[in-house]
Amino acid sequence: MELKDKLLSSFLAFEENVNMNSEIHEIRSRAIKDFEAAGFPTRKQEAWKYTSLNKVLNHDYTVFPKKEDTIEYRDVEKYFIDDIDTYKIVFIDGIYSSHLSSTTHEKIDACLMSSAMNSSKYKPVIDNYFNKVAPQESLTSLNTAFSHEGAYINIPKNTMADKPIQIINFSTGNESALMVQPRNLVVVGENSHVQIIERHQSLTDHPVLTNSVTEIFADKRAIVDYYKIQNDNHQASLIDNTFIEQQRESVCSVHTFSFGGNLTRNNLNFYQKGERIDSTMKGVTVIEGKQHVDHNTLVHHAEPNCESHQDYKGVYGESSTGVFNGKIVVEKEAQKTNAFQSNNNILLDDKATINSKPQLEIFADDVKCSHGCTIGQLDDEALFYLQSRGVPAKEARALLMYAFANNVLESVKIPELKKRINNIIAEKLGVNIGFNL
Amino acid sequence: MLKIKNLHAKVEGLKILKGIDLEINPGEVHAIMGPNGSGKSTLSSVIAGKEEYEVTRGEILFEGEDLGEDAPEERAHKGIFLSFQYPVEIPGVTVTNFMRTVINANRKARGLEDMPANEMLKKIREKSELLEIDRKFLSRSLNEGFSGGEKKRNEIFQMAMLEPKLSILDETDSGLDIDALRIVANGVNKLKTPENATLVITHYQRLLDYIVPDFVHVMYDGRIVKSGTKELALELEEKGYDWIKEEVGA
Repeated sequence: MELKDKLLSSFLAFEENVNMNSEIHEIRSRAIKDFEAAGFPTRKQEAWKYTSLNKVLNHDYTVFPKKEDTIEYRDVEKYFIDDIDTYKIVFIDGIYSSHLSSTTHEKIDACLMSSAMNSSKYKPVIDNYFNKVAPQESLTSLNTAFSHEGAYINIPKNTMADKPIQIINFSTGNESALMVQPRNLVVVGENSHVQIIERHQSLTDHPVLTNSVTEIFADKRAIVDYYKIQNDNHQASLIDNTFIEQQRESVCSVHTFSFGGNLTRNNLNFYQKGERIDSTMKGVTVIEGKQHVDHNTLVHHAEPNCESHQDYKGVYGESSTGVFNGKIVVEKEAQKTNAFQSNNNILLDDKATINSKPQLEIFADDVKCSHGCTIGQLDDEALFYLQSRGVPAKEARALLMYAFANNVLESVKIPELKKRINNIIAEKLGVNIGFNL
Repeated sequence: MLKIKNLHAKVEGLKILKGIDLEINPGEVHAIMGPNGSGKSTLSSVIAGKEEYEVTRGEILFEGEDLGEDAPEERAHKGIFLSFQYPVEIPGVTVTNFMRTVINANRKARGLEDMPANEMLKKIREKSELLEIDRKFLSRSLNEGFSGGEKKRNEIFQMAMLEPKLSILDETDSGLDIDALRIVANGVNKLKTPENATLVITHYQRLLDYIVPDFVHVMYDGRIVKSGTKELALELEEKGYDWIKEEVGA
């Protein structure tokens, strides 16, 4: 049976097993119809021109995993940022793992979507925010139809989350092939601040397909720093759909670190709903083999005096493929917008590919928008400089690539995370970086 | 130490060096002066082994061995150091991490283990003090956003860390104010030993007030057209380069 049919026929059984909150039931029912009509995206659609899901969809995925909570912390410790204190919201095969998690309801809520959806206490938040910024697109609708579990984070106004929050989704080898659809909701109140680290990690050699949706709402002057670590094994594919709605003077950043996985597609959309908003998107991609990473970004400038910054860097080895499709929309009202986009790539092998496509739709006349894209090799003068200091050519090249990618990390605000990403990049490029001062 | 015989070199088909002869012995300081475009910087790049430059005739002997087709890193391992006129910015690599990579690459080439971290830090501290380099500076990205003076100081700092046999200072004085010039020159002088040698390449005599050369050579149109002692530099400062051009032309 094709995956689409399997999902459609599973829907009723799914709904019987989860809560019956009538509003959510309605949202899900509408969403499954949207998905049924749209189907999975194909390369005929402009936004999917360079990314084909055919191979990824061609597995007999289990869509209802059994509950088998068998992971020991020591076996997965390395996937956590464990040298700092954090809240942890952990799922195994889409099911909440209480013994790996460390949630809270004090001052802030960092807990489960399933309980938030079923509790009257959280109903106002769910009613106000759930599925409000996620658009009706095939994969997002599919996630909405099966939305049930994920991270629920609510930071009330004037509150600074006292430690970062890690959201980790593990998949185990208990099923032959597994599809999971986490659904996260992050609501950050006026003047509040939160840092979130998200990771998807497969612990099996079986294929895993994750279709994740995260909705983030940043109220006035809120600050949200969101970090995505994509360093999964090469049997795992990820479609990450993240939608951010920002109110006046809020500052949101999303860093996406793509090193692992088979196919990774990031749909990252920012919607600005007030003045003097700052939106930042940064990405480092270092891949090889037959890996495929697609960054599909959108910034929607709707009000005056806002900024957006996009900086994506990629190093592509062997026959890997990268895609960068960055869309900036500046509405007529959004005068004095500053929108910057840059995408720099290095191809290491003849068979490596990058498709880079900026899309600017500007309807205002007093704006500063810039975009730049480079695809190239390393700077010869820099190479000579390093060699003249005694660094052999091969290592000099590796060091320059490291430097190229590493530069994006300047804006990472959690030092332990920065160090971790630093080390992954160094390891991937075969550079021996020792200590940091 | 360095013996250059009838060196001819071209870049992108253009003949730049047209027969250079030069001998530098341990303990000596040589200065090469000359107008812009005379081939001074090309000579330093050729000694350091820059790939784009093709040696068409002649040879460069270092400690009796022909450098031939040696890669730049092999020349560095033998003890040749080039202080760049325009040091390259490498965002994303701190001065410290760069230094560590460089030192260990050189040790590896000599069959030595990596330098222990505490020893490295001690050496970095010691040498940075010599160049009056602030500690904060060491955790900044290499040369990124450095002022002209900071870049040149950083070059000499690297020289101090590497302790080369032959140091070539390519226009090290360009872009330096008088204080930075004094610090840089002071660093170079302190690093001088009877075993190492320095080749200073400069357009102006100014630097030579601080780094006093044993020999001065004047380069013009790809050749060394005149050699003498430090008095020659003063003469050039006073009279400019035109009389040299006339002498050569005549």
